[in-house]
Amino acid sequence: MPHILVDNIVKTFRIAQRRPGLWGALHGVLRREYRTIKALDRVSFELEPGELVGYIGPNGAGKSTTVKVLSGILVPDSGRCEIDGRIPWRNRISNAANIGVVFGQRTQLWWDLPVIESFDLLRDIYRIGSGEYLRARDELAALMDLEPLYDVPVRQLSLGQRMRCDLAAALLHAPSVLFLDEPTIGLDAVSKLAVRDFIKRLNRERGVTVVLTTHDMDDIEALSDRVMVIGHGRILSDSTLDDLRARVTRERRLIIDLLDEGQAIEDPDVTFISRSGNRVHLQFDPDRVPTAALISRITAKYAIKDLFVENPPIEEIISRLYDEHELR
Amino acid sequence: MANPLALYSHYVSISLRSQMQYRVSFLLGTLGQLFSTGVEFIGILALFDRFGSLNQWTLAEVAFFYGIVNVAFAVTDMLSRGFDHVGQLVRSGEFDRMLLRPRSTVLQLIGQEFTLRRLGRFGQGAGVLLWATLYLDIAWSPSVAALIVITVCCGACFFLGLFINIGTVSFWTTETLELMNVLTYGGIEASKYPLAIYHTWFRRFFTMVIPMGCVTYFPVVAILGRSDPLGTSLAFQYAAPLFGLLYFILSLFIWRLGLRHYRSTGS
Repeated sequence: MPHILVDNIVKTFRIAQRRPGLWGALHGVLRREYRTIKALDRVSFELEPGELVGYIGPNGAGKSTTVKVLSGILVPDSGRCEIDGRIPWRNRISNAANIGVVFGQRTQLWWDLPVIESFDLLRDIYRIGSGEYLRARDELAALMDLEPLYDVPVRQLSLGQRMRCDLAAALLHAPSVLFLDEPTIGLDAVSKLAVRDFIKRLNRERGVTVVLTTHDMDDIEALSDRVMVIGHGRILSDSTLDDLRARVTRERRLIIDLLDEGQAIEDPDVTFISRSGNRVHLQFDPDRVPTAALISRITAKYAIKDLFVENPPIEEIISRLYDEHELR
Repeated sequence: MANPLALYSHYVSISLRSQMQYRVSFLLGTLGQLFSTGVEFIGILALFDRFGSLNQWTLAEVAFFYGIVNVAFAVTDMLSRGFDHVGQLVRSGEFDRMLLRPRSTVLQLIGQEFTLRRLGRFGQGAGVLLWATLYLDIAWSPSVAALIVITVCCGACFFLGLFINIGTVSFWTTETLELMNVLTYGGIEASKYPLAIYHTWFRRFFTMVIPMGCVTYFPVVAILGRSDPLGTSLAFQYAAPLFGLLYFILSLFIWRLGLRHYRSTGS
C-alpha cells in the first residue's frame, strides 16, 4: 500500500463576484453572484514511503489546495485520499499527529516567546512523551545547531534561523510525512544550503516522506528525483527530473570561453543564445548533431580557452511546459 | 500526558508570561477596566439616587444582578478573546494552522489568549457583589450558596457560548459582526438589570431564544428570596442556569457546523 494515495480528487471553490462601486457593494449584500473555480480537477498520484517529491506549478495552480486536502484542512468534493490508511479530512486529529507542515512564509512558533517555549508547548499539543521529546529535540538541535537560539524570542530570529526552528518544530512529533511549502523563500545562500542539506538528510537517513512545494528550481534540482507539475488543477507531468527534461526539450547548452573577445561562432547546428564578455552561450540538439562531433568541429575552427556542455536550466523546462499548457 | 486541561494550563502560563513582558500595558489595561466598569456602576448609583428604586427593585438587589453578571462575564472575557478573532485568523491563515494540530479548535482558541487584564472587570464585579451580599438580607443555606456558584459557572458557560457564536458567524461573513455585538454586549448590559422591568417581547427573547435571563434573572430571584413578579416557580429558578449550559453545548454543535462549512469552502 502506498504511503500517500490521492485518487481523482476534485475540489471546486465558489468565489463571490463583486461588482465595482457602491451600488455593486449594495447589490452584493442582497444577491451574491458566484463564479465556480476548479482548484483540483481529478488529481491522482501515489507516494511510496521515503519518497521526496517536488510539487511545482504557477501560483493558483492548485498546489496549496492539494496540501490542504492532504493535511485535513479542506474536504474535497470527490475522490479518495489516504495517508497511512487514514482519510485526512475524516480523521483530522490522528492525521495531524502523523504529518508535519512547514510554511516558509508563516511561522508556527509563538512570536513573543523564546524558541524553547514554543517547542515545549508543541510537546503538549502533540502529546509527545517527555523522553521522546527530549531525544527528538536534542537530535534536531544538533543537526541544525539550534541550541544557541533556544532563549531567543522568535521575533528576534533572522529568517534563516527562524526557518531552522520551524523545521524542527514540525518534526518534534516524528511525523512520517513532511509537507514543505517554499521552505527556502527569502533565505540567503548559506541558509538555503543548510535547509536543503537538512531536508535531504531527513529524507535519506530517517525515511521521512517529503512533499516539497517551491518556486525555487534549485531546491528541486538539489533535492528531488521525482517532480510533479500541476497547472489548472491537473497534474501535467509526473516523472523524474531527467525524464521531464527529455520530454520537454532535447536541447543542450554549449558554453564556450573564447580566447579572443571579438570572435563570433557560426555553425549550422547551433543557435546563439547570449554572450557576456568572451563567454558565449549556444544551444544545440544532440539528435541532429552528436555532441562529440560538434565540439571537435568548433575547437578545430576557433581559438577556445574552455568549453562545457550543460542541460538547460530547469526554469526553462518548466516555463516551456507551462507554455505548452497555456499556463500564462 | 498532556490532557486538555494540562495543555490549557500550559497555554495560560505562556499567555501570562507574554503579557508580563508588557507590564505597564497590563497594569494600565487592568486599571482601565476597573475604572470603566466602576464608572458604569456609578451610573447605576446615580440612577437610584434620583429615583430611589426601580419597579420595586432596590439598589442592593440591582447591584447583586450587576455583580453576578460582571463576575461571570469577566471569567468568559478572560477565556474567549480567541473567538473574537476568528475572522482575522481565517484571513491570515492562522486558523489553518490550528486545523493542522491534533487538538480541538475550540481548545486552541480558548488557549490562544488568557486576557489577564479582565481581572479589572472581575474585581469590580466581585466587589459590587460582595457589597450587595453584605447589604442584603440573604437567607443563607447550602442550596443558596450552591446556586450562586452554579449561576456564575453556568453564566460563564453561557457567555462563552455567545462568543463561540460570534466566532462561528465569521466563517460565513466578516461584515455582520456588529449585529452580533448588539446581542452579546447589548444583552449583557440589559441583564445587569432585573428582567422583570423589560417589555414582554424583550423578556421572551432573552429567555427563550437567548437564555440570558436563565443564568442571571431567575436564579438571582431565588437567591434573593423574592417572589418573582413574572410568576415563575422556585424549582424553575433553581433549574434555570442549566439552560445556560445547554446553550453552550448547542453553540459547540453550531461551531462544528461552521467548521464543516469552512473546511468545505476554504473561505
